[in-house]
Amino acid sequence: MSQGLLSDAFLISLIAGAVAAGVPLLLAGLGEQVSEKAGVLNIGIEGMMLFGAYAGFATAFGTNSLWLGFLAGAAAGLVMAMLMALFCVRLGLNQIVIGIALTLGADGITALLHHVQFSRTYPRLPRVETLDIPGLSEIPIIGPSLFARHPMVYIAVFLVLVLAYLFRNTHVGLNLQAAGDKPDALDAAGISVTATRTWSVLFTGVMAGMGGAYMAMIGAGIFVPFMTGGAGFIAIVLAMLARGRPIWVLIGAFLFGASLSLTTALQVGGVNVPTDVVQMLPFLMVMIVLVLFARRASLPAALGLPYVRGQR
Amino acid sequence: MASRSLDPVASTAAPIVVLRDITKRFPGVVANDAVSLAVYPAEVHALLGENGAGKSTLISILSGMQRPDSGTVEIRGREIRIASPRTALDLGIGTVYQHPTLVPTLTVLENLMLGSSWRAPMNRAATRARLSEIAGLLGIALPEDAPLGSLSLGQQQLVEIVKALWRGESVLILDEATSMLTPQGVEDLGRVIGRLRDAGIAVLFITHKLHEAVRFGDRVSVLRQGRKVGELPPETLAELAPQEAIDHIVDLMFGAAADGTVSERSRAQREAAPGERVVIEVDRLCPTGSPAAAGDAGVSFAVREREIFGIAGVDGNGQKQLAEAIAGQRHADAGRIVLDGAQIEGLSVRQRQHAGLRYVTDDRLGEGTVSAFPVGLNLLLKRIGDEPFWRHGIIRNAEVERHARSLIETHDVRVPGPDTPLGHLSGGNVQKALLARELDAQPMAVIYNKPTYGLDLNNIRRARRAICENADAGVATILISTDLDEILELSDRIGVMLDGRMVGVVENDGDAARRVGELMIGVGAQA
Repeated sequence: MSQGLLSDAFLISLIAGAVAAGVPLLLAGLGEQVSEKAGVLNIGIEGMMLFGAYAGFATAFGTNSLWLGFLAGAAAGLVMAMLMALFCVRLGLNQIVIGIALTLGADGITALLHHVQFSRTYPRLPRVETLDIPGLSEIPIIGPSLFARHPMVYIAVFLVLVLAYLFRNTHVGLNLQAAGDKPDALDAAGISVTATRTWSVLFTGVMAGMGGAYMAMIGAGIFVPFMTGGAGFIAIVLAMLARGRPIWVLIGAFLFGASLSLTTALQVGGVNVPTDVVQMLPFLMVMIVLVLFARRASLPAALGLPYVRGQR
Repeated sequence: MASRSLDPVASTAAPIVVLRDITKRFPGVVANDAVSLAVYPAEVHALLGENGAGKSTLISILSGMQRPDSGTVEIRGREIRIASPRTALDLGIGTVYQHPTLVPTLTVLENLMLGSSWRAPMNRAATRARLSEIAGLLGIALPEDAPLGSLSLGQQQLVEIVKALWRGESVLILDEATSMLTPQGVEDLGRVIGRLRDAGIAVLFITHKLHEAVRFGDRVSVLRQGRKVGELPPETLAELAPQEAIDHIVDLMFGAAADGTVSERSRAQREAAPGERVVIEVDRLCPTGSPAAAGDAGVSFAVREREIFGIAGVDGNGQKQLAEAIAGQRHADAGRIVLDGAQIEGLSVRQRQHAGLRYVTDDRLGEGTVSAFPVGLNLLLKRIGDEPFWRHGIIRNAEVERHARSLIETHDVRVPGPDTPLGHLSGGNVQKALLARELDAQPMAVIYNKPTYGLDLNNIRRARRAICENADAGVATILISTDLDEILELSDRIGVMLDGRMVGVVENDGDAARRVGELMIGVGAQA
């Protein structure tokens, strides 16, 4: 097997790494997309992911079941999202302030819980059982990296289709867009803006929690305090750049995932680049993408603005 | 749909909506004070009132956006509490709001589908069918699959009407429906309203424009400062000639205080004894960004004391650039400005202010005022740091408040107090505050840019009177307006702007309207 870029080992490692790092971004990005569409800028998503990561890992560690772990992660995200919905949607407080508070809160609480439970040890979860798709998983390179994964990967990709259909072909899509672009229009049409936004925030929480759980349980196999390291904020950027289209969240998530996994892939491929340079790449990527595409971000008109009936 | 086919005999007898003694208070204001109103099927009920008279509050109660503090609402004879917009829609009350309530990024069809239960299947075919049914009733055609934002304002409003009628409405409320429309759009709307009435629908037409109320309304009610001050039933309205009806309603709206002769008297006086001294002279001024061609000679004119120099022209022909260049807010590529014998084109905005030059902007809420600041501070916005209101950079609230109280009183600004944020004021009161600020402390020359744009009748009169009184007191006045009637009513001489150039100056005599009109469209330019 040859060494260097474009070797099989390098490509498999890159694609597999892109999936592992991209799925949390995809799940959280899709969730964020729903709440942004409805007009709620969920800065707290970073905290929701982290809380989900801890809850998922702790549960999977205790019960030995990844599915229970995902359930716990979703529940953890949901609890945080309930706070967000209460303060930002129901009480109309500033979304950015509350979002930052939730993220900081989750940082502290998860670090504390981890310390109480595991002290200074970082136990590992056993290797993840994969669902190999017959036929497709036999293909060289992309077979093992794309089609022999945990079922959650397929579910996340399937959710892209579900959301795309929901946005285009159902009243849910119309209601979300109206809540974000012109909430008084939705209110005048007899649909509660508060309810629409509440549901969208709760959905975001569930998605972010599952994304965090994936990151800890499958992506890393361990939980480390502050492990999300800005993934939630990348998810926010992805949702903003995607202009309301789930497929762009998918593309963006795997682009970022690939750049995050480049570190490992280059080492596997045997390319000798200083690690400091390689570890800088994801952030360079974020900056390049922002410089190139920030102009294409088109945000709902009422994003970040609390809705109070009768006020213009 | 069934509710639309009303029995024509029964419909003339019983009102479909009755509001009884509706009272609604907001902090510092009584928006509605025991207002009673009845709306009948197959009748257009025009609700007339100035800005801030309480019209919008009344319909927001009827459409479920707000709840009254006291009073009752009866629909088809039954007392009902309208708790939310949905309740109103279920009762058959459809509202077209003054501010658009459609989503610009959704298509016409999607906008009309908005509002169904989220579980309901998205039925485009049925929506199209219902749309063509209502469009047929209104006698209109709409592009169903175009994004709403791409339609003209008139068409968007028709979509609003279609939406309001969607659930087979029997009452249609139109709030200031003509405010965004072109004259042609108003004609079209009139036709649509006629068809609705003929279909048996009760139309409540809210407006602050008198001639529209008389023209569209079968019945006219007048609101004034939150109270209903009169109602003309169809029998009375039919008897009166339009002008008699208008006179009658003017009396109701303004009491006996209405008078439109101040400006004429003032102009006659100034004509009898014209000012001698030239106060401000603009010489070959080329404002940066003006629509004039490069190398143009620039704008020149001079205004004497006690003179009103009107600048007419279609909007966007360089009037704003000219005004801002004189005020110092915009650079000039060339030219001189002389105020009271001294050249000022090199001075800053603030220095020109101190020299006695004032600019009343047309952008009242943008560059004119800071909505979040209290009224008192807004009245000193251009004198921040000056004695006696500031001493060593520290604000002296007592002085600010004393100053504010005196201006509020002399200019009749309706406001709870100097501490109220300016953003809480109605448009007319914002303009009063702006005029109060600019006309304070002996100005020598004042530039007004569209001073009555967007105001209601009473505030227009008041603003024009203030302009005249200040001119009479010696101020050299430059009056920029796109309202030719206003220019003709107030000015002594009239300059006309076209493509950034002043294409002519005429004396305001009997023939001025024709000559100014010709100049405005580029005919008969003077050399």
